[in-house]
Amino acid sequence: MSLPVILFFLCGALAVAGAILLIAAREPIHSALALILVMVALAVLYLLLGAPFVAAVQIIVYAGAIMVLFVFVIMLLNMGVEERTDFSQIAKYFGIPLGGVLIVWAAYWLLHSRPAAAIGTGSGMEASSTRGLSTLLFRQYLFPFEATSILILIAILGALVLARKEE
Amino acid sequence: MSVVPVSYYLALSAVLFGLGVIAFVFKRNIITIFMSIELMLNAVNLAFVAFARAHNQLDGLVFVFFVIVVAAAEAAVGLAIVIMIAQNRQSLSVERMNLLKF
Amino acid sequence: MEFISQHPVLVASIIKIAVLLFIVMTALAYLTWMERKLIAHIQSRWGPYFVGAHGLLQPLADGIKFLFKEDVTPPGADKFAYLLAPFLALSLGMTAIALIPFGPPSVLIPFLNQQAFSVADVGIGLMMVFAITAMGVYGVALAGWSSNSKYPLMGGLRSSAQMISYEVSLTMSVVGVVLVAGSLNFNEIISNQSGYWHYVPFIPKWNFGPQIIGFLCYLTAAIAETNRVPFDLPEAETELVAGFHTEYSSFKFAMFFMAEYANMITVSCLATILFFGGWLSPFPDSWKWQLFLPGAGLVLLGIYCAWDTLTEMRGIARLQLSVVTLLCLGGGLLCLVPQVAQVIQGPFWFTTKILVILFFYIWLRATLPRFRYDQLMSFGWKLLLPVSLANLVLTAGYFAFKWTRHG
Repeated sequence: MSLPVILFFLCGALAVAGAILLIAAREPIHSALALILVMVALAVLYLLLGAPFVAAVQIIVYAGAIMVLFVFVIMLLNMGVEERTDFSQIAKYFGIPLGGVLIVWAAYWLLHSRPAAAIGTGSGMEASSTRGLSTLLFRQYLFPFEATSILILIAILGALVLARKEE
Repeated sequence: MSVVPVSYYLALSAVLFGLGVIAFVFKRNIITIFMSIELMLNAVNLAFVAFARAHNQLDGLVFVFFVIVVAAAEAAVGLAIVIMIAQNRQSLSVERMNLLKF
Repeated sequence: MEFISQHPVLVASIIKIAVLLFIVMTALAYLTWMERKLIAHIQSRWGPYFVGAHGLLQPLADGIKFLFKEDVTPPGADKFAYLLAPFLALSLGMTAIALIPFGPPSVLIPFLNQQAFSVADVGIGLMMVFAITAMGVYGVALAGWSSNSKYPLMGGLRSSAQMISYEVSLTMSVVGVVLVAGSLNFNEIISNQSGYWHYVPFIPKWNFGPQIIGFLCYLTAAIAETNRVPFDLPEAETELVAGFHTEYSSFKFAMFFMAEYANMITVSCLATILFFGGWLSPFPDSWKWQLFLPGAGLVLLGIYCAWDTLTEMRGIARLQLSVVTLLCLGGGLLCLVPQVAQVIQGPFWFTTKILVILFFYIWLRATLPRFRYDQLMSFGWKLLLPVSLANLVLTAGYFAFKWTRHG
């Protein structure tokens, strides 16, 4: 029961608890907080998997900017508690057990899978993953990198146009 | 290689993805549905990082980077649309946004 | 004993965290004292002088007051978020200090062979500190939201919008330093600043000179990020009735207060490491007399306190001052021992530089008026971000030119 195993089960349990809280919460702000908990737990799992840069980017961008956007929108559109309408019988009595069975089945088979050994040489995950990651981003994946920067520009323009008041 | 087998991370990713799908299907508030999409994207990110560790390559991390960026762009534009719809329909419940239903 | 030898990292971390927590909480309390005294003297009045000698026991009195005040929860408040917000703010403020190196990594704890002066020395230390400060927005936003009242909501929204706006400029202004040092690790950034300029051999090679634009952008963005004057409109008492922490009382308010000062300390530590050489001394290593500076300084302070004890009138203050005198003289004589003087050198210079930057922060508070909110936001997006980006482009261009020229 070494420390990595304990940490994995702790963060895994926190992530699953956060996801269940997301489903079960009555107010959207509590769902947002549960999702932030999931993201922070996942960042710790990325640290365990030897990807510290991705963990830092996950917290700075995902948990620190995107979720702040969600929280702002929930605060601005203060539309109250979520209504509990009754959904169809099929969904309740057939859907939820089937969903649970599918999740357990997928998890079981993934647990007993054997990921293939290292395919080809590839760039190994050495200690300075930042340097290796930036080399990959700026050499092999340069075109997708520039394309995502244009995507962000389009998103900024789209959000600006949508948020402008009609004069 | 990490002490914890990589398949454990994949199982966790599957569970989180499934919970995201359940939240997407069963919730009524449109912002919560958006958040379940983010949960699904996070589960996929975990699978990517686990595979990057399994194959000892950094390309999985590059893809995680792109997924995070695309999620940011989608959240920005999507929430702008949600704000406009909510001000138009005076409600955040998905059942009220049924003008295109036949 | 085998547990200690089998898990040296864990045990060393626990010891370091305990010592660091104690020191940081004391430093937070006395930072409030220093602020009140400094602002008072700038404004030609005395600050707290009654509680202990020179008001030194004032933080203790404030702590006791906060503990005994009535804890009021506003009606209709979202209980979970209301309780979570101050805990989140304070814990995140204290967590970032764990990544800061206070001294050289070569100094080790005796049995455990671990670094004595930094709790966590990760390869991407700088990004981790920014990740932790990025999460600090939630403390403010949740506090404003959960109070179920107009003024906190407006103050919380404005304050968190300000924080996320200036966070972009903060991270951009620091990338120049990362380019100069070639690494995100704090110890490497500091060791990159050792040595002296080639042509002018008595100016140290700190990043303050080459990255002066970056430093000024960083300082401005940091003051805005920690919600201090001149950027503290969302929480100023004359403006929005104390903003997001209006509805908080007693200990939770004290936690917000402490969180603000902890953020100030974190940001000053970062400025010291990135731009002023961290724990490096400005004098060359060959000047051996600088080893006795901390000891000599403490002994002089002890002599002043002794003289003050003899001229003090009140009993309790005299008792307290004599304790302080004994501590200063004892600490000073301890620091004059050569082994201890060698070890204490790094933290001494680090603390001195942090105190200079904190003095500057407090001086700003006493001197400048505050920005209006729209002026604040347009300054952040329209002036500070382009200047930070220009600094980044200039630095990157210089290095690209240098690297392609030298092959």
